[in-house]
Amino acid sequence: MNEQELLSIADDELVLGWRDSEWTGIAPVLEEDVALSSIAQNEIGHARALYTLIAKDPDALALDRRPEEYRSSALVELRFVPDWARTIARRYLYEHADAIRIGRLAESDDKAVAGLAAKIQREEAYHLMHADMWAERLRDEPRFRAALDELLPYALGLLEAADRPALLAATGLENVAPIERGRHDDSWPQLWEEMTMVRRSEPAGVAW
Amino acid sequence: MVTTEQVWAALDEIEDPEIPVISLVDLGVIRDVAVDAGRVRVEFTPTFMGCPALEVMRDRMAERIAELGAEPQIDVILDDSWSTDRITPAGREKLRQAGFAPPSPRQAGGPQLVQLQTGISRCPYCGSTDTRLENIFGPTPCRSLRYCSGCSQPYEHFKTI
Repeated sequence: MNEQELLSIADDELVLGWRDSEWTGIAPVLEEDVALSSIAQNEIGHARALYTLIAKDPDALALDRRPEEYRSSALVELRFVPDWARTIARRYLYEHADAIRIGRLAESDDKAVAGLAAKIQREEAYHLMHADMWAERLRDEPRFRAALDELLPYALGLLEAADRPALLAATGLENVAPIERGRHDDSWPQLWEEMTMVRRSEPAGVAW
Repeated sequence: MVTTEQVWAALDEIEDPEIPVISLVDLGVIRDVAVDAGRVRVEFTPTFMGCPALEVMRDRMAERIAELGAEPQIDVILDDSWSTDRITPAGREKLRQAGFAPPSPRQAGGPQLVQLQTGISRCPYCGSTDTRLENIFGPTPCRSLRYCSGCSQPYEHFKTI
């Protein structure tokens, strides 16, 4: 596992955390308001821990890069509010793909990477349960099926080629051509503006 | 000169910032304390990674050790050494008395949805096991929401990780 790959995972977790947090206060039921907020908090926590493995200052990695320097997948950048079916389809595909790649990290020869991955797995187990529960509920809903078809190519692109069959097996979906990481979604610059706005408004080195 | 025992005793007085009934020692987040001359090194193994209480815990430990006249060094250990099984028996009892159902023991393979939905969780208020899962997630990363049909009350269950 090289640093660029770790950074890709960290950026995915951070950006998905932001997107999921957009449901805070406006989810279709109050229970989901709590759930999405808590999941978002976990994902940002995982990003912070991964950034800490890569660099001394996780905030600088999270907030001081230019938008083109982020390695996040377009999958996590897409803005879905107020579309709940697509939000859940993304959560479901992302969590299953993430379980596979974090499982790989947990087998790493690098002890620090393997240890952190194992810790992340403990929390991600709950995200997977949440996603599976919703996928079961929405299974026959045409909007959900259409969202799975739309997003599966991106989810495959989160994984190494050798790991893609495992995602198809976990979700029962048919193989399609993957969309590889590397091209940001059109909504990314605006999200970057929002997420770094406060940080950029302060002079460098300010203490919070 | 400060001793290891004094440091452990001092850390045992620090409350969890979000669940103040339990101390950091009872929570199991202190993996090791090493005293060397005037320096105290604490190995701190965080609970849930997105938890905002972690920085408060770290700062309070450093302050408390400085009050003992030693120089603190708090090393945050980002490995897999903390699980809810590290909460002490005394800590579990304090959680229950405060209205939090303590975490269930972790089983091989980790927690499954079916366990949360069908596994026995005892209501911390009335002791009934006639309870159901309302939400895997709760007001902080460490809690699930459940409802007790015995005393018709919602309660929080510490998640097993």
